Amino acid sequence: MRGMRGFGKWALPVYSVIAFVFLLIPIAYTIAFSFNDSRRSNISWRGFTLDNWFGVCQAQDVCTAFGKSIAIGLVATLVATVLGTMIAIALVRYRFRFRSSTTLLLFLPMATPEVVLGSGLAAQFLAAGVQKGMLTIVLAHIMFCISFVVVTVRARVASLDPALEEAGRDLYANPRQVFWRITFPLLLPGIVAAALLAFALSFDDFIITNFNAGPEVTLPKYIYTAAARGIPAEANVIASAVFLLAIVIVLAVQLTGAVRRKRLLQQ
Amino acid sequence: MAAPSKPAESGADLELVGITKQFPGYRAIEELDLSIPAGSFFALLGPSGCGKTTTLRLIAGLEEPTSGRILIGGSDVTGQKPHERPVNTVFQSYALFPHMTILENVSFGLKRRGVSDYKVKAIEALKLVELDHLAGRKPSQLSGGQQQRVALARAVVNRPALLLLDEPLGALDLKLRRQMQLELKTIQTEVGLTFLHVTHDQEEAMTMADTVAVMNRGRIEQLGAPQELYELPRTAFVANFLGQSNLFTGEVLEATDALIALEVGGRRVVVPAARAARRSGQVTIGVRPEKLLLHLEEPSLDGVNTLGPGRVVDVSFSGVSTQYLVAVPGVGQIIVFSQNLVHGAVINRGATVWLTWSIEHGFGLEDIAETRPHFDDEASAPGLPGVVAEAV
Amino acid sequence: MAFTAFASDTALAPQQEPTKRGRVALLLLLPGLAYLAVFFLAPLISLILTSLQRPAEFGDFGQYEYAFNVDNYADVFGAYGGHIVRSIAYSSAATVAALLLGYPLAYFIAVTLRRWPVWQGLALTLVIAPFFISFLLRTLAWKQILSDEGPVLGFLQLVQVLPDGARLTGTDFSVIFGLTYNFLPFMVLPIYASLASLDLRLLEASRDLYANAWSSFWRVTVPLSLPGIISGSLLVLIPAAGDYVNASLDFLGGTGTAMVGNVIETLFIETGNYPEASALSVILMALILVPVAFYVLFTRTEDLI
Ligand SMILES: Nc1ncnc2c1ncn2[C@@H]1O[C@H](COP(=O)(O)OP(=O)(O)OP(=O)(O)O)[C@@H](O)[C@H]1O
Ligand SMILES: [Mg+2]
Repeated sequence: MRGMRGFGKWALPVYSVIAFVFLLIPIAYTIAFSFNDSRRSNISWRGFTLDNWFGVCQAQDVCTAFGKSIAIGLVATLVATVLGTMIAIALVRYRFRFRSSTTLLLFLPMATPEVVLGSGLAAQFLAAGVQKGMLTIVLAHIMFCISFVVVTVRARVASLDPALEEAGRDLYANPRQVFWRITFPLLLPGIVAAALLAFALSFDDFIITNFNAGPEVTLPKYIYTAAARGIPAEANVIASAVFLLAIVIVLAVQLTGAVRRKRLLQQ
Repeated sequence: MAAPSKPAESGADLELVGITKQFPGYRAIEELDLSIPAGSFFALLGPSGCGKTTTLRLIAGLEEPTSGRILIGGSDVTGQKPHERPVNTVFQSYALFPHMTILENVSFGLKRRGVSDYKVKAIEALKLVELDHLAGRKPSQLSGGQQQRVALARAVVNRPALLLLDEPLGALDLKLRRQMQLELKTIQTEVGLTFLHVTHDQEEAMTMADTVAVMNRGRIEQLGAPQELYELPRTAFVANFLGQSNLFTGEVLEATDALIALEVGGRRVVVPAARAARRSGQVTIGVRPEKLLLHLEEPSLDGVNTLGPGRVVDVSFSGVSTQYLVAVPGVGQIIVFSQNLVHGAVINRGATVWLTWSIEHGFGLEDIAETRPHFDDEASAPGLPGVVAEAV
Repeated sequence: MAFTAFASDTALAPQQEPTKRGRVALLLLLPGLAYLAVFFLAPLISLILTSLQRPAEFGDFGQYEYAFNVDNYADVFGAYGGHIVRSIAYSSAATVAALLLGYPLAYFIAVTLRRWPVWQGLALTLVIAPFFISFLLRTLAWKQILSDEGPVLGFLQLVQVLPDGARLTGTDFSVIFGLTYNFLPFMVLPIYASLASLDLRLLEASRDLYANAWSSFWRVTVPLSLPGIISGSLLVLIPAAGDYVNASLDFLGGTGTAMVGNVIETLFIETGNYPEASALSVILMALILVPVAFYVLFTRTEDLI
């Protein structure tokens, strides 16, 4: 019995550590191969170099694709965040008819496989005679980001005490001042989180993009097409850099949160 | 229309005329008329859910009345938005802006109204609540009592004609609460504003306010000076909500200009006509427990009402006074507070006693008490038939 | 759909009933909902219409006209029935695997690490870390690791688990492996969210009422985390069923592993056979709608998102 207990006590932590390692293996691999001194294809290890990092834009295609992905991500994030935030506020604060239909409409894009979303939009653009390009990619990305923004911002709106806005109105702020000086600053953390999520989704999207890109090449599309002949190490450099940046942001947010909680507890 | 640009010189009076508030499926306020003189400290007292907060929100403009009018300082503000009204609120939950410092919180209203020396004024207000040394902190770094004082400063600094306080002391412990009550009262006298203070602590209402209104189910049951309300409650609700009362219901036997007499438990009980609201039929009268005297022998005194004999079913000693519960057959249980003037000679449980009170201490109610007060299970427990049998 | 697992501090939320009414709500909702109507609903209809097209009578090859050509469905069922079945099998297998792998991990983070918030935060960061690096590169990394020259295969052959000629990439196993890996965080996060709110005193109560650890787990923990299990399973099943990266030849797939997604991609983007590609998309959507509809029916609409 004691032995069983001992085993049970360690089994879960040990398993979890293995699982974390499992999750991180491909990340480590990708980062490691960004330092590979590769010539044409980046498949086998040929020695350590920093050249890929310092000369990312030597691989011009990679750099151009990266720039396009960034541009698409920024525009799609901006529009989706604005539209989604508006919906989130309405969902929490207002009573209106068609509430369940609205919820369903927001839920379905998240419950639809990406091939269906991608091919559907492509069929629609085809029928409407719209040339595929940057615009169609952006339109597609906004579409699948909106619901995620709504979900993220809604949680924040729901946690906002309505008494704060009432206090603002009571203290002579007109509706616009109430929004910009009280509501918006308090929602900002949620809006920023939603925007980061939207950007991440847009930046990494391949399937929907592939159907609606036409001749345009985004970073994921570049990687997909290059997969057959071998990916240049510069793609690993960009992915690694983006990854490290994102992790730093997430950890910074988490740590400041933890520190603040600790300080509050100490008082 | 812009925000009221000038701080009020002094408090203004408030008048509610026939206010009704209907929520979907629930009528929270019913034909409410209320008038509060300028510069007074007015307390609104009532049980949970009776509509106190709703009344304040209507006055602040955070809720629109279904019908009726609201006048502040004689001008109709019913159609005005909250930010246009010369009213400020101290919210029950404080509602301090978490993303602003204490100083920014306090100067928020001043800035919205374009007051140029807002910083000086805000610091002054913080000095008033003795928090100027914490001006740079965020609300989350303050204790509950300090937050409460910031909320007060944030409202008072605007010198509103009318200050609404929604149970601002509700979350504080007893000691801090007493201290804040004093501070509130001092601030009110110092700055001379009209305060409308909501609470369900009757002691708080009685000690602080010039006028107390007791609210029940969306209506004002009675309104007056604290002492007046206590000595002469008009309804069974007020009689039992403000302090405790012994209520007796009986048929009127005789009504003259001076008094009315009714039959209670087989005895004739008299109330001065001036203190009685009804003069015929079924009438409920009452008397406060501390006005009752206990006797071990049947007394024969003039100018008093007598009930009994009854049996002492419970005695509880509470330092300054002793509380007796006396079961009188045909009347029910009666509470008596007796000051511990004399050492010893305490009446014991099980003793047979008579009760008397001066005629001028009784009061007659407008309504009929629905159930006999203090007639709980204990009284109808097996002990009682024995008492009755003994008495007969 | 417990997507809220992605949202920042949801714990604060004291659920308030919406109170305001008015035209403002319409102004706030209209732009976003109109956008979804035009770029989400209308395309679904477009897809159905396209799936019923037939080759244009007088047009060139590759031109189609609107019709009511149900034959497309019969054709794709005949030609790609195997792919459909494979998609269902792969995605179901990946869902089960992700559940078995993900549940203990979610339990560890939500329950075991509860007393150490900093570690819990770090663990959650590790779970979502894969999202921050390109999905395609992650999958390619596995391809290299599992490849014929890679360390894993070599090791397995060394210890004689696999025979000499065996391969890992290009098999059913590697595709299911890739799907499981890629969507595992989607399983862990919702289960974590539902276990994080699990009151440990319930387990103590259950132990107190003579349940042993095992039956406490089955009768208390699992039922209480069921919402997380269900939404996690959907979150893995849906993208896995439509995925075509893992199964593609250049990634973890082989010649015999193509899924519906691969067919749709080929037909739509390469061959330009829009009607058949659309018909397959509609079929895939219909198949996904079965579990989704159950989910919607048994969930309060408010909790859907
Ligand atoms: N927005 C609303 N919709 C429907 N009913 C409401 C609404 N606001 C308040 N009520 C109802 O109106 C009644 C009065 O509420 P109110 O908040 O004024 O009570 P209160 O006297 O302040 O109580 P407490 O002492 O508990 O704060 C309650 O029964 C409440 O349920
Ligand atoms: Mg209240």
